[in-house]
Amino acid sequence: MLRSFIHARALWVSLLAFGLMSAQAQVTITYWQYDFKSKIEAIDELIKRFEAANPGIKVVHQTFPYDAYQQKVGSSIPAGQGPDVVNLFYGWLPTWVKAGYLVPLPESLINPKQIDSEFVSMAQSAKIDGKYYGLPTAVRSLALFYNKDLFQQAGIGKPPKTWAEFIEAGKKLTVKQGDRYTQIGYGISPDGQDHHLVREVLLRQMGGRPYSDDGRKVLFGGPEGLKAFTMYTDWVKKHGIGIPNFFPGNNGYRDGFIAGKIGMIIDGSFAIGTIRSGAKFNWGVAELPLEKAGGRKANFGSFWLHGITPLAKGPKLEASVKFLNFITSAEAQRYWLEKVGELPARKELIKDPKLSLDPVYGPFILSLSYAKATPFVDEAAQRTVIVNAINRVLLQNMDPAQSWKMAAEEEQKILDGFYK
Amino acid sequence: MNKRLSSFFVYTLLTLGALAMVFPFVWMILTSLKSFQELFELRWLPREPTLENYREVLFGTQFPRWFLNSLVVASLTTVSVLFFDSLVGYTLAKLRFPGKNLIFVTILATLMVPTEMLIIPWYVMSVDYGWVNTFWGILFPGLLSAFGVFLMRQFFESLPSDLLDAGRIDGLSEFGVFWRVAFPLVRPALAALGIFTFLGNWNAFLWPLVIIQTPEMRTLPVGVALFSGEAGTAWHLIMAASSLAVIPVLIVFFIFQRQIIEGVVLTGVKG
Amino acid sequence: MKRFQLSLAAREALWAYTFLLIPLAFFLFIRIWPAFQALWLSLYDWNADPSKRVFVGLEHYAQMAQDPLLARSLRNTLLYTLIGVPAQLVLGLGIALLLNAVTRERLRDVFRAIYFAPYVTPAVAVAWVFSWMLSANFGVVNELLRLLGLPAQDFLRNPSLALPTVTAVVVWQNLGFQVVLFLAGLQNIPRDYYEAARIDGADDWRLFRHITLPLLNPVMVFSAVIGTIGFLQLFTQVVNLSFTDQGGPLHSTLTVALYIYQQAFGRFDLGYAAAITVLLFGIILLITLVQLRLLSRRVEY
Repeated sequence: MLRSFIHARALWVSLLAFGLMSAQAQVTITYWQYDFKSKIEAIDELIKRFEAANPGIKVVHQTFPYDAYQQKVGSSIPAGQGPDVVNLFYGWLPTWVKAGYLVPLPESLINPKQIDSEFVSMAQSAKIDGKYYGLPTAVRSLALFYNKDLFQQAGIGKPPKTWAEFIEAGKKLTVKQGDRYTQIGYGISPDGQDHHLVREVLLRQMGGRPYSDDGRKVLFGGPEGLKAFTMYTDWVKKHGIGIPNFFPGNNGYRDGFIAGKIGMIIDGSFAIGTIRSGAKFNWGVAELPLEKAGGRKANFGSFWLHGITPLAKGPKLEASVKFLNFITSAEAQRYWLEKVGELPARKELIKDPKLSLDPVYGPFILSLSYAKATPFVDEAAQRTVIVNAINRVLLQNMDPAQSWKMAAEEEQKILDGFYK
Repeated sequence: MNKRLSSFFVYTLLTLGALAMVFPFVWMILTSLKSFQELFELRWLPREPTLENYREVLFGTQFPRWFLNSLVVASLTTVSVLFFDSLVGYTLAKLRFPGKNLIFVTILATLMVPTEMLIIPWYVMSVDYGWVNTFWGILFPGLLSAFGVFLMRQFFESLPSDLLDAGRIDGLSEFGVFWRVAFPLVRPALAALGIFTFLGNWNAFLWPLVIIQTPEMRTLPVGVALFSGEAGTAWHLIMAASSLAVIPVLIVFFIFQRQIIEGVVLTGVKG
Repeated sequence: MKRFQLSLAAREALWAYTFLLIPLAFFLFIRIWPAFQALWLSLYDWNADPSKRVFVGLEHYAQMAQDPLLARSLRNTLLYTLIGVPAQLVLGLGIALLLNAVTRERLRDVFRAIYFAPYVTPAVAVAWVFSWMLSANFGVVNELLRLLGLPAQDFLRNPSLALPTVTAVVVWQNLGFQVVLFLAGLQNIPRDYYEAARIDGADDWRLFRHITLPLLNPVMVFSAVIGTIGFLQLFTQVVNLSFTDQGGPLHSTLTVALYIYQQAFGRFDLGYAAAITVLLFGIILLITLVQLRLLSRRVEY
């Protein structure tokens, strides 16, 4: 009874809305992303420009907290009231496509060959069975942020080129008063970017590979993995260049850097905007240190892409594709770089020498050429595996070898569960 | 001498305990007056006290809207609980009809079911009916409370039936007897039930977290919890927002202290 | 036209059913029916997409037996309850006894109000304030420890300290409620009992043991039952005391309620989550029944 009443009302409202729409030949589409201040402001501005150029289309922009984002998408699309265009982390793609939350981009409107040639190769992770499920506006890589003022005070001339130099600098930057750290050299943060650093960067620098080519086997449990893992945990256990949870709260490592209490952090290019607006001192960016001078380079590349959901049909689909094309256009990517600080996903923009020589963007751009984006099957669970492995050593004094072995086993279970 | 010593002992212990109770509030307010940079200087008193955090919370975020949302949700549920719980309590206490005990036991039995068990079906239901992210969706689970029914029934039972019969002889309908005669007589119980319902809904977290989608629909606790995002934790703003969320509750509490504490006593000791 | 006549009793019953119509519909559809629905949901793989929902029978219940995280969350929840409830009762009773010894009524009221204030404060705000105060390097609590010459602790990130710390925060918030109840209970005990016993030569301890405690029994039962149910459903404080690593570090603060939330709304595994809620219901029912039986056994005096 109640249900039919509500349905009747919904029908009535949609009829009315439809009547209004057709009177003005207006299409309204909905765009969803998670809460990140500079991204919200950038999309708002891009929508303004898009609507001005396309008078028949209106874009509604809604955002959700990061922790609740997947839940909201997963519950809304099946209920038929979710977004038409949606922003997602590339690591979620397999699960989302499997659950039917995304449709392939129509080839009649977006040419896959053209994407292959125009976008950085990393963007091909958005392809499943030869079909693109979305496009990125920007890509990200990791680099070392350092506090130039603190470096100068400690008498360190240049940012470290190797991990040995990194540890030396870290020791000089760490200040202790009694049993309390008032300043630390490295903002260690297992659940920040460090889980990527260990599994994707240090491991590859040591000559290892995280997963088999088909993504079904965990390979990081081998000796290179253990070497990378032990090197990382030794930063705290042996060298004391940082302590976990130095700053309380979400991403305290970045807050601590901004507050001028941390000498170095490893963070993504997406942090540039936040650091630029918050930090009241001289800071610099450098490519990640290497195992030894001239050693193998590695970086973790990742991106957020815009996909189209099954809710966009007919005129809405057309409008959604138009919007997607616009927010991934060269114009939008240039604006995104200025506003958010994320690196453009189009090759032509990256090749711009002004960008690769830029003191802030340069190191990230250079890293892009050798960055890899590993596919995940359950990003949250796979992250927890590595974070726990680190915490077992740092917080519970477990032997790194034992903890690392456990992590490899746990993660293999997750992969087996997905591919069964 | 012995007596004075023991009373000194009593007051010292009580004062120490009271300090432990008050300190977090004081610390919260002191911190809310500091700037972000000053937070990490480990100074007790703010060096340059500033109301900037409050200004930013009130004008730079949707905090006022969250405050309003919580006010609307808590007020509507309180009105509904007061009216329906006393109606049911009255009916179960004062009217005779077949099936009375069965109905009473059924309502009481719902007290045994933990909220977690209901949240998933409520959520499935809300998705089906389109209640997600609406005021109705936030408040429907709290419209009646089995505990309130139990409490009100106890109170109505202690009312003399002669009073009600007098109302009937005066020509009032059954509803008139309840509304005009019985309802005004249980005011102390209503005050206690009302205050607890209001506080419970004002502070509710789990269900609103599940059902709310967009920032403008957030209630106060959900809004404050999500202040910290991927961009970092704005401790200075969290402290100002927490102060703004806590201070009105404390003011209301100190005004209605007597009634609230009587309410606890009524429900716990006599109920 | 003849008016339809009803007997007085029938009219009264009709009124009663009219009054109960909406409330009963509420309890049936919002409270009772969903409880059965949870049972039914627990037998399904409840994907958000209706076409992917599959009946799996008791598979989720079998899965629970193999789930180390569920076992961990159950163990933690039990620990929370076993530490928190007695701590709450003992501290609550202790403070109530102290307050009862205060003879100036005004002063007693002021103290009582101060102890009660945390209880009315939003748990979310309490959690955030404490997570700031308990920070290892920048928290005021460690600052106090240092002033006293004690070593600093990473209360919320040390896997063996985190659970007791969360418990302490919850107890801090609930304490006032216990104090008020016990104080009222104490003041309900007739003075004559004590005087009579004193004439018989009983000392303070015997008065407490043989008069105060037995007469407070009903209040204790109520406090213990309410406290237990509260700790068994602990969620808000745990989530907000460690927002990025909920239930961490290393799952040391994970509760059943939080695990249910993560399964249902993080992974969208509604069927499995529903199965865990059924288990939680069973546990709460069992513990409450046992408690009522054990604690309300009448003590003769």
